[in-house]
Amino acid sequence: MNLREVKALIFKEFLYEWKQKNAFVGVLIYVISTVFLTYFSFKRLISTETYNALFWIIILFTGVNTISRSFMQENEERQFYYYQLASPQGIILSKMLYNSLVMLVLTFLALGVYITFLGNPIVNISLFLVTVLLGSTGLAVILSMVSAIASKTGNNPTIMAILSFPIILPFLDALIGLSLHAINGIDSPQNIKFIIVLGGMNAIVAALSYLLFPYLWRD
Amino acid sequence: MKGMWWKLLGIVLVLYAIIGGFLMPVPAMPILNETIRNTFFHIPMWFAMMILMTISLVSSIQYLSSGNLQKDAAASEAINVSLLMGFLGLFTGMLWANFTWGTPWTNDVKLNGTAVAILIYVAYIILRGSLQDEHRRAKVSAVYNIFAYVMMMLFINVIPRLSGTDSLHPGNGGNPAFGSYDMDNTMRMVFYPAIIGWTLIGTWILSLKMRINKIENKLLYD
Repeated sequence: MNLREVKALIFKEFLYEWKQKNAFVGVLIYVISTVFLTYFSFKRLISTETYNALFWIIILFTGVNTISRSFMQENEERQFYYYQLASPQGIILSKMLYNSLVMLVLTFLALGVYITFLGNPIVNISLFLVTVLLGSTGLAVILSMVSAIASKTGNNPTIMAILSFPIILPFLDALIGLSLHAINGIDSPQNIKFIIVLGGMNAIVAALSYLLFPYLWRD
Repeated sequence: MKGMWWKLLGIVLVLYAIIGGFLMPVPAMPILNETIRNTFFHIPMWFAMMILMTISLVSSIQYLSSGNLQKDAAASEAINVSLLMGFLGLFTGMLWANFTWGTPWTNDVKLNGTAVAILIYVAYIILRGSLQDEHRRAKVSAVYNIFAYVMMMLFINVIPRLSGTDSLHPGNGGNPAFGSYDMDNTMRMVFYPAIIGWTLIGTWILSLKMRINKIENKLLYD
């Protein structure tokens, strides 16, 4: 595995996405209509807790829907072709990086639409941006690995949710905690602990995927 | 008789824990009263569950490094037995909580941790069920098992410290309990044997299940 390989693989992901524009546009529409649905159900801001929880649940579902495609969309023959050209570490790294990028774009888009419809009660903007950065990359990294596992079962769409939700819970718990502090503008020494734990979980999951993916790679 | 001694030890210790747990004198504590005896039945379940989950993790790692399908069977059977222990621990806990907290379920870090652990391993069983080919099933579920174990450990050990909310459980957050100060020596005399006994019984069930598995999949292993 080397940097050039990862770069080439990420470029391939972009090309593939570009070839399937309507799939990506579909995800964008999914995000916007989900946000609109929440706006339609609530009509106004009820409390910052609800605002916060709803936002991350929307992001979680968007992530599960988007990233579950990342290994399933390409058929098995094509996967065999990659396995002859690239190392497994290169493949999982490129998927994690590319999915992080996609999740970042989607999260910011969702945030924009969410704020437009439901208002903006966020007090500590910079902390919230840190949360979004850590949250979207973390979800992308965890879901990439789960997607690789789920794709082995042959396109069973529910398995992705079944496998990922309990695993994501610890991450989501810390994420929602930090995000609520950012929205309410609570300036506590706990925030830095939250950031360390979220960053640490990102690193642990990335390292685990890097180590375990080669075993999952071919059968 | 060879290799039987630990099974006998398991039976003796569990019998001792049941008889001693109900008959021995226990310290009288406010709120807890006689429910303190639940320590002898509830906590050993968690120990047995965690030890079996760790056995499963080790088996999964062994499978990935050796490709031996029997290791994969051990990982899956250990999860089945640990889930049994987990459910027993959950029910004894809910029964106890109903008397002391007045409700079988509250938003407590330890309860949430248990719920997540059970969800993760039920997902593991579903994952195994949806894969047909033995080698593929073994590989995929071993990877998920390792991944899941790490995330569960993070949830149980890191998140409670992070949120700063103490568990309602005795011994946490200044609740009267069986911590180092409150558990007297008679209680310890039952408590530790109970943990060892239930762990041995769990391992015994696992070894029986492994033997049945070996007979059922004789063609696969030969």
